[in-house]
Amino acid sequence: MTAVEERTGTPGPDKEIGKARRRKEDARLITGRTTWTDNMVLPGMLHLAVVRSPVAHARITNVDVTAAREAPGVVAVFTGRDLADEQGSLPCAWPVTPDMVNPGHPSIAVDQVNHVGEAVAVIVARSKAAAQDAVELADIDYEPLPVVLDMEQAVAEGADLVHDHLESNTSYHFVFDAGETGTGGDTEQAFSGADVVVSRRFVQQRLIPAFMEPRSAVVQPQGDNYTLWSSTQIPHILRVMAAMVTGIPEHKLRVIAPDVGGGFGGKLQVNPEEILCLLIARRLGKPVKWTETRSESLMTAHHGRDQIQYVDVAADREGNILGLRVRLLADMGAYLRLITPGVPALGAFMYPGIYKFPAYRFECDGVFTNKVPTDAYRGAGRPEATFAIERIMDELAVELGMDPLELRRKNWIDAAEFPFTTVAGLAYDSGDYETATQQALELLGYDELREEQRRRRESNDPVQLGIGISTFTEMCGLAPSRVLGSLAFGAGGWESASIRMLPTGKVEVVTGSTPHGQGHETAWSQLVADSLGVPFEDVEVLHGDTAISSRGLDTYGSRSLVVGGSAVVKAADKVIAKARRIAAHLLEASEDDLEFSGGKFSVRGTPGTGLGIQEIALAIFAAHDYPEGIEPSIDAEATFDPENFSFPHGTHLCAMEVDTETGFVKIRKYASVDDVGTIVNPLIVEGQVHGGLAQGIAQALYEEAIYDDDGNLTTGTFVDYLVPAASDLPHFDTGNTVHAAPGNPIGAKGVGEAGCIASTPAVVNAALDAVRHLGVQDIRMPLTPERVWRAIHQGGDGGDRAPARSNAQAVDSSDAPSTSGGAL
Amino acid sequence: MTPITVRVDGATYADDVEPRTLLVHYLREQLGKVGTVVGCDTSNCGACTVHLDGEAVKSCTVLAVQADGCEVTTIEGVASGGDLHPVQKAFNEMHGLQCGYCTPGMIMASIDLLEDNPDPSDDEVREGIEGNLCRCTGYQNIVRAVRHAAAEMRGGADGHVVPAQVDTAAAPHVVGQA
Repeated sequence: MTAVEERTGTPGPDKEIGKARRRKEDARLITGRTTWTDNMVLPGMLHLAVVRSPVAHARITNVDVTAAREAPGVVAVFTGRDLADEQGSLPCAWPVTPDMVNPGHPSIAVDQVNHVGEAVAVIVARSKAAAQDAVELADIDYEPLPVVLDMEQAVAEGADLVHDHLESNTSYHFVFDAGETGTGGDTEQAFSGADVVVSRRFVQQRLIPAFMEPRSAVVQPQGDNYTLWSSTQIPHILRVMAAMVTGIPEHKLRVIAPDVGGGFGGKLQVNPEEILCLLIARRLGKPVKWTETRSESLMTAHHGRDQIQYVDVAADREGNILGLRVRLLADMGAYLRLITPGVPALGAFMYPGIYKFPAYRFECDGVFTNKVPTDAYRGAGRPEATFAIERIMDELAVELGMDPLELRRKNWIDAAEFPFTTVAGLAYDSGDYETATQQALELLGYDELREEQRRRRESNDPVQLGIGISTFTEMCGLAPSRVLGSLAFGAGGWESASIRMLPTGKVEVVTGSTPHGQGHETAWSQLVADSLGVPFEDVEVLHGDTAISSRGLDTYGSRSLVVGGSAVVKAADKVIAKARRIAAHLLEASEDDLEFSGGKFSVRGTPGTGLGIQEIALAIFAAHDYPEGIEPSIDAEATFDPENFSFPHGTHLCAMEVDTETGFVKIRKYASVDDVGTIVNPLIVEGQVHGGLAQGIAQALYEEAIYDDDGNLTTGTFVDYLVPAASDLPHFDTGNTVHAAPGNPIGAKGVGEAGCIASTPAVVNAALDAVRHLGVQDIRMPLTPERVWRAIHQGGDGGDRAPARSNAQAVDSSDAPSTSGGAL
Repeated sequence: MTPITVRVDGATYADDVEPRTLLVHYLREQLGKVGTVVGCDTSNCGACTVHLDGEAVKSCTVLAVQADGCEVTTIEGVASGGDLHPVQKAFNEMHGLQCGYCTPGMIMASIDLLEDNPDPSDDEVREGIEGNLCRCTGYQNIVRAVRHAAAEMRGGADGHVVPAQVDTAAAPHVVGQA
């Protein structure tokens, strides 16, 4: 924050940063005047519908699309064979190990299908209805192959193979060992000398991002130029990747992300259908549109999570933690998409959480199955890590007979110890876990609820109460480019911004960080209004079109404000520096004598003199009078590459009622205190926390993508995949502490993922706290009434909702093998 | 093809439609009323909610031919003149939207809810809009927006309009940051 005050020089109530500005974006969204991709209509536009595989694993033996070609309104039909020579492979930008196996990822299957929903033909017709009608007429013969669905079986000796040209179903084996990297002690030694070792097996069920706007793409060919509109989070990355995949030269391809209706990582992708639209528009020379149905979206857009976690923690009798071992099986699905393999690897660095582990070892196998690929979903690796560590800390507390909060306190990093380098090698920047925890306890009314819990226990109330704790941190602001390089990521982590000062004094801010609902236009306007001292209303933020915003790395990993916003502030600094020379010239003063405040340059000690930066914009547009040797412009561009991640943290507390007779769980109260650094717009921050909480709670209570034993997704509609409604969620009591991030000029840490990362273990810990005295040790997510009831009345962890061995969930987690044994 | 005549947002349209055409597809594809959107194919999400003769309906569950002779109001028609509907204003004021994709349907459902119940509690709002899914907001600010609009609309009926207030309670920590 200090950095901001020094920068703007305009402290006090007029500051835009910290103001609960109502969003600029809303005007078009609340009136229906939006530009969703599917709204686009172009002259002569044709509509695509995709024929998809009804089987999970099969050889394609015959494709007959004759009838489809003859259907009314159908212009063309393309099969995998038709496009085989030009479709290339969808990119995977994160080869996490040098020997990672990537089977390649066709946009449309040619000889073999590897998951239900994979494209096998594309109908092109005059109307969407005609295209959809003709889908039914495509006749494809399949010769079934054995279906591989369960990760633990997939890595066993002699397992059936997803890709029979590969040697196994393992894509990679990724290891981080703190002892070997020199950031910690020897893990085996730590465990061998420990009084207590607790081992658990946790299941991160498969989730679906389920953004509200279905994916959509429109391609317009103009000569050898192509414009691709897409409902994407990543227009810039998509442009580079699509150019490489299709062979359309990058400078001939323009990508536009208009209004985008949510993403949550689910639109951080180079989608098969985007590539197919480009290939078909190129073939036909006509504009084409593809918009998915919700069922297609749930079935074929990438999924998230789906990991089995074996976690061991070692401690002494007094509760001092000594070591942590984690082994993962991470389900890649059938193919590697953009950052599929990187998601669990990103999590590797977060398992130690906020605790001072002296020793840590992480291993992960990426495993192929006949399911749709997994990839980024809100938090991407960090929710899994946070869940594991916050769940096992509770288990350790139970084992030691300690209060779970006391155990955490005993082992977390104290406020005075920042910056703190963890056993995973990360330098945590700032924070105060004790203060956040105290505030959260007060928000929840912790003592009263503990008392009520005691009363309910004593009276053997059928409705028991539990309190769950999650004290978390995460790594945000992705990312320092050199660090990404060392992790073999395919790109940097910088962000770009430019500022254009228009003759009338209005300001255009171009950002490379593309929003999909967060409110960049408002927050960026606040940043620029403070930096340049111009009215909030005078700032227009441009984004999402590679012809306007030519450089950028888009939005994911809570990076927009931290990295993209910082680039905007840096660009504003450059504008001021350029304007200063012109102001000195026009005011006939030395640059050193000028001060800049409230949007105005004035000569120090000469009140009444001055020149506004908006006036300078006009003067330099006319360019009649400016200093020799400089260009007549005060526009500027900046690229910000962070030197470190930022580390939001917080304490989340959940009070949960569990009806032991019905298994129904109900959140009684939810309180969280998050430290996300400097808050630019408290309304937007609060909204991000709420939305994250909803998704994190939904993982704990409602959502699960389930496959049957043939590999069919049985949660393929919103009837079966339970995105929570308003009546399914509680009121949230949220608060903040503020410790500015030292690594960027704003001091922001990132907020998009916090609620989603922190809340899941708080909810599950709460449910267990309510019924642990009844002998329940674990309940698998989501905590459906049936599972909770079974855990209470039949023992175990509530069991499967899917057929045995189809959903990676057959081993009861209460029989968890240690990471050193078991199925790995 | 079947001829229909529908009044939509104050204008009358006479069109031939396939009998199977859904109202939402008629609105979007034939009339260009793209403010109303499609979010699912099972009538779960409510993104396509419009008013049919004053009642909220999911326009993906109504055939265009069923709207023959009816009055349809979409999100594009709820503002009167240059003035936004109080529910539209409240969604902006209370930050009841993020990506905005569910917002047209959410606003249309909320207006209908407030016609039935002008002073709903938090729980009544949550139950009243449970047919509309939002993936961004966690609903809390939507609930706040609907109740805020309700207060303004009740005030309006008495001839006294409560001005929208800056809700500092939404962000108590703002004060602490400096």
